[in-house]
Amino acid sequence: MGVLKKVLLALGLPILLFVGWFVLSDGSENFYSPPLRTILTAFTDTWQPDRLRADVAPSLLRLFAGYLLAALIGIGLGVAIGLNRRLRAVLEPVLEFFRAIPPPVLVPVIMLFAGIGDGMKVIVIVFGCVWPILLNTVEGVRAVDGVVLDTARAYGVTGPARLTLVILPSASPQIAAGLRQALSIAIILMVISEMFAASNGLGFTIVQFQRSFAIPEMWSGIILLGLLGFALSLLFRLAERRALRWYEGLRAAQRRAG
Amino acid sequence: MTSARRGNPVLLGVAGLAGLLVILELVPRLGLVPDRYLPPTSRIAAALADEAGTAAFWRALADTLFAWALGLLIAVAAGVLAGLVIGSVPVLRALTASTVEFLRPIPSVALIPLAVLLYGTRLGSTLLLVCYAAFWQVLVQVLYGVADVDPVADETARSYRFSTWGRVRYVLWPTALPYVFTGVRLAASVALVLAITAELVIGAPGLGKEIATAQNSDAVPTMYALIVVTGALGVLINVLTRTGERHLLAWHQSVRGEVAT
Repeated sequence: MGVLKKVLLALGLPILLFVGWFVLSDGSENFYSPPLRTILTAFTDTWQPDRLRADVAPSLLRLFAGYLLAALIGIGLGVAIGLNRRLRAVLEPVLEFFRAIPPPVLVPVIMLFAGIGDGMKVIVIVFGCVWPILLNTVEGVRAVDGVVLDTARAYGVTGPARLTLVILPSASPQIAAGLRQALSIAIILMVISEMFAASNGLGFTIVQFQRSFAIPEMWSGIILLGLLGFALSLLFRLAERRALRWYEGLRAAQRRAG
Repeated sequence: MTSARRGNPVLLGVAGLAGLLVILELVPRLGLVPDRYLPPTSRIAAALADEAGTAAFWRALADTLFAWALGLLIAVAAGVLAGLVIGSVPVLRALTASTVEFLRPIPSVALIPLAVLLYGTRLGSTLLLVCYAAFWQVLVQVLYGVADVDPVADETARSYRFSTWGRVRYVLWPTALPYVFTGVRLAASVALVLAITAELVIGAPGLGKEIATAQNSDAVPTMYALIVVTGALGVLINVLTRTGERHLLAWHQSVRGEVAT
């Protein structure tokens, strides 16, 4: 009963919305909002395995390459800056400024340096999503409990062990928050860099459909991007829950204790 | 350690910024990077001064700020209203949870082609993207805020026979307010990013379009100057929302607590 109710609550509204869209749009004569039936047919016709391989796979590869690089750079630099008070004071305004620049305006700049190949797209993604990771890591490292650090020092936990056993775990919830913010920025930048200059990729294809007025195909691309964003954030949540299980448990215990 | 030995953080910060400017001046001058790609700071500054003398620049700035402010206003109003209603009715909350989780991660740029078809390069395109992106930031924060209401306070208000409006006004709203502000702060920066993105990609009037124009006409220093302006706008919006939050929430524990301890 409990499970059934949960499933019903979770799926009820989406199904209702979907059916509503389907029924209401069925007789649609509007060129820009074709019936959902047409869009779904276009979806299955358009996103065949060849197309997925030709357009979606390169997009995802760039996304993962950029995101991983940004995570490595962000966490690495973030730990260094977080541990050094003076370095932090020097760099903080500079970092704040770079974070405040809307990432998509970097596309034209990076196009100057890196041309319009895959390298450009990966660099754009790295440059855009490194900042939330970096700044959150700095904050997380800075907020490590002083008592814990002193205790670790008293027990002779120093050097790399101090970093991997004390500092990184303690900063990890905040690092995860930065990684989550960076994920949505990475998707946005993947699409935008492809809208500017590309010969393949999801962003390129969707704009191509729009320009050739292939409206149902365009809608199907938008839906695919939506599903992709949703799937990636779901994957991230699963990974996060796994990595931070101890933290969720700690928080729940604290909440119970009041 | 005295603060003198550690160095004044403001001074160090200024030194950091100055250092960046010097490096950016020297790198192209020494030929490490071709100055076609990265003009020295001084030339960017000169381009900025040139831009500041043109009416087109100020019109673009005003267009961007207008789209940002209007989009943010609509998103905040809709987000707060929807958040309060959904958050305070448990059935609605359970019913919408999965839909919110599904719609939120859809990248707002996916709507760009749709915006172009619906509004072309007019303000509407920018507003569509800005509102969509900023709305979720506010909604989710308001939902957290409403969930944070102290059950004892709520029960107390009920037993004193507060009207529904009274409970919203005196129990729900003060609890949710800090969350609302966090949402507004997040939404404000997201809205700026989306406003400039829409202008850059779609060509709606504003700073983003000016950047695209500068790029197309190979006016590299101007392009950098405009990018610096967008960054400065972002910093300004961050600082303003943070200061506003501190002032308006001066009574709240989250702000007071920092002072007390």
